[in-house]
Amino acid sequence: MDYGFLIPAIQSIIIASTPLVFAALGELVSERAGVLNLGVEGMMIMGAVVGFAVVIAGGGGVLGFAAAAAAGALMAALFGFLTLILYANAVATGLALTLFGLGLSALVGAGFVGLSADKFPQISIPVLSDLPVIGPLLFGHDIMVYLSLALAVGLTWFFKHTRAGLIVRAVGDDHDAAHSIGYNVTAIRFMAACFGGAMAGIGGAYLSIVQTPLFVENMTAGRGWIALALVVFASWRPGRVLLGAYLFGGITIIQLHIQGFGISIPSQILSMLPYLATVVVLTVISAKGSQARLGAPRALGQTFKATR
Amino acid sequence: MQLKKLIATVAAGAMLSTAAVADKLKVGFVYVGPVSDGGWTYEHNVGRLAVEEAYGDKVETTFVESVSEGPDAERVITQLAQSHDMVFTTSFGYMNPTIKVAKRFPNVKFEHATGFKRADNVAVYSSRFYEGRSVIGMIAGEMTKTNTIGYIASFPIPEVIRGINAAYLAAKEVNPAVQMKIVWVNSWFDPGKEADAAKALIDQGADILMQHTDSGAPMQIAEQQGIFAFGQASDMKNFGPTAQLTGIIDDWAPYYVQQVGKALDGTWESTDTWGGFDTGMVALAQFGDAVPADLVQRALDKRAAISAGALHPFTGPVNKQDGSVWLKAGETADDGTLLGMNFYVEGIEGSIPQ
Repeated sequence: MDYGFLIPAIQSIIIASTPLVFAALGELVSERAGVLNLGVEGMMIMGAVVGFAVVIAGGGGVLGFAAAAAAGALMAALFGFLTLILYANAVATGLALTLFGLGLSALVGAGFVGLSADKFPQISIPVLSDLPVIGPLLFGHDIMVYLSLALAVGLTWFFKHTRAGLIVRAVGDDHDAAHSIGYNVTAIRFMAACFGGAMAGIGGAYLSIVQTPLFVENMTAGRGWIALALVVFASWRPGRVLLGAYLFGGITIIQLHIQGFGISIPSQILSMLPYLATVVVLTVISAKGSQARLGAPRALGQTFKATR
Repeated sequence: MQLKKLIATVAAGAMLSTAAVADKLKVGFVYVGPVSDGGWTYEHNVGRLAVEEAYGDKVETTFVESVSEGPDAERVITQLAQSHDMVFTTSFGYMNPTIKVAKRFPNVKFEHATGFKRADNVAVYSSRFYEGRSVIGMIAGEMTKTNTIGYIASFPIPEVIRGINAAYLAAKEVNPAVQMKIVWVNSWFDPGKEADAAKALIDQGADILMQHTDSGAPMQIAEQQGIFAFGQASDMKNFGPTAQLTGIIDDWAPYYVQQVGKALDGTWESTDTWGGFDTGMVALAQFGDAVPADLVQRALDKRAAISAGALHPFTGPVNKQDGSVWLKAGETADDGTLLGMNFYVEGIEGSIPQ
C-alpha cells in the first residue's frame, strides 16, 4: 500500500476539524459563564452566509471572517437579550435561534447560490513550508488553523491563570456568590455569550470561505450540534475540545479513505462512526461519576435575577 | 334596499371571480430541497417556470420547497391536493405518500418523479440519466492519466448504482486499464462532506471526479487541485470553469409542459415515462476547453446514437461483479433489470453498502 496519501489526508482532517474547534471553544466560554446556548448551529450558518457575502463583495477573507464574527455575536446578543434580560427560557430560545438562523441565512443567501469564491490562501514560510513531511503538516495551513490552535491554548491559560478567567468561572459556578461580591453577572454572561457567538460565526465562515468557498442553504449540516456535544465530551476543558474535534474530524475523513480503498464496511456504519465515538466517550466520562461532573459549571443554564 | 343591492353585487362579483379562478389549472410542486440548491430542485423549478411560460394565464403554479421525505411529505401533498388540480412530487422518497394521498383525491392528477408505483391518477416519470453517464464515462476513460476515476455516490439505490455501472462500462470500453474508486457519503447534499470525499479520492490517485450528489463542492475541489470533473443535475461551470469537462443536466421542462398541456385539454392519463436524450430530458452541459475536439465529436456521436436507439449503454457481453453472466454478447438490458439494479458489473471493486 502506498502511504503517500497520508499527508493530504491529515490536511483534510485539520480542515474538517477547524470549524468544530472554533464553534466548540466559543460555546465552552459561554457555558463556563453559565450560559447554555443551543443556537450554535444558527450562529454558525449566519457566520457562513455573512462571511461568504463579504468575500463575494470583494472584501477578502480576513474581512469576511471579521464580519462573520460580528454576525455570530449579534445573534448571540439577541439570545443574551432574551434570556439574560427578559429571562426567557434558555433551551427554548437556543432552539429558536437555530431555526431562526437557518431560515434567515437561506433568505440572505438566496442571492449567493451558485457563486464560487477564490481559494483562501495557505501560509507559506520559506524553507520551513518546503520541508518534506513536516512542511505540509506543520507549516502549510491557512492562518485560521493556527488561530484555532492559539485560541485553545489561550483559553486554557485564561481560565487557569488570569483573574478575568476566574471571574467568568465564578459567574458560571455560583452566580449568587459572584453577585454578592460585586460582579455584574448579567454583563459578564452577556459578553461570554457574544464571544461564543463570534467564534461560532467564524467556525461557520471557515466552511463557506475555506473548506468549500460557496454558500448553500443548511450547509453547516449539523456541525453546530456536534460542537455542542464536543463541549460536554471535553468536560468543559479547551485542550480536550481540541482533541475531541480532531478525533471527530479524523474519523470523518478516514472513513472516506477506507471506502476509497474498496474495503467493504457498510458505509452507513462508517458515517455513523464519529457520532458513535461521541456517545462512547460521553458514556466513559459519565461512568467516572462525580469526577466528570466537576467539569460542568454548576449554574449552567440557570436564570439569574438580581434580588438586590 | 341599497344594502341588499350591494350584497347582491358583491356576491355576484365573488361568484365571477371564483369562476375565473376555477378556469385556471392549478398545479402544485413538492420539492425535496431548496429551489436555490443549484442542482436537482433548481432544475425542477426551471421546469415549473417553463410551464408558466408556456400556458400563461391558463395555469397557476405553486411550490413547496425543502419538504423532507418523512411524515411532512404526506401533510404537504395532502394540502396541495385539496386546492390543486395537478400535483408533481419530485423526489423518490415521496412515492408512498403520493400513492396514499392520491387514493383520497381521485380527481387530482399526480405525477411522481423517479418512483415505480402507479395508480389511475398517479403517473410516474424519470430520466435515463445513465445515458448521460455513459457519455461522460467515455470522456473520463479517454482523459484520465492515472487511470483512476473517483465517484462520489449518495445512497445505494438502483438509480445511483446504474449510473456507476454505465460510467464504468463506457470508461472501460475505451480504456481497459481504468479503475473506479467509489465513496458513499450517505447524503444528497452536504457540501463539506462531498468536498472531503473529493479530496480523499484525489489523494488516492483519482484525476477525474464524477458525482451523484447535488452540490458544487466536488467541482470546486477539482478546480483547486487542477483536475477534472463532471457537473451533476445542473451546469456547474461556476464552480469549476476549467475543471468541468461537461455535465449531465436534468431538463424537466419538455415533460412538464407536455403533461400540463394534456391536463389542460383533457387527454391526461396515468403514464410511465422514462425519457433520455431522445426526449430532451437528459442533456449535456457545454464541453470544457480541456476536452479535445475529436473527443467532443465522439461524445456527440455517442449521444446521437443513444438518442436514435442505435446504441444501448448496457449492451453485452457484460458480467456481474461476481463473474456470472448478466448480458450475453449483443444483448441489451431490459428496463425492469435497470430499474431494480442492485449489483456492480465486473471490474468494479468494493461492494455496495447494504
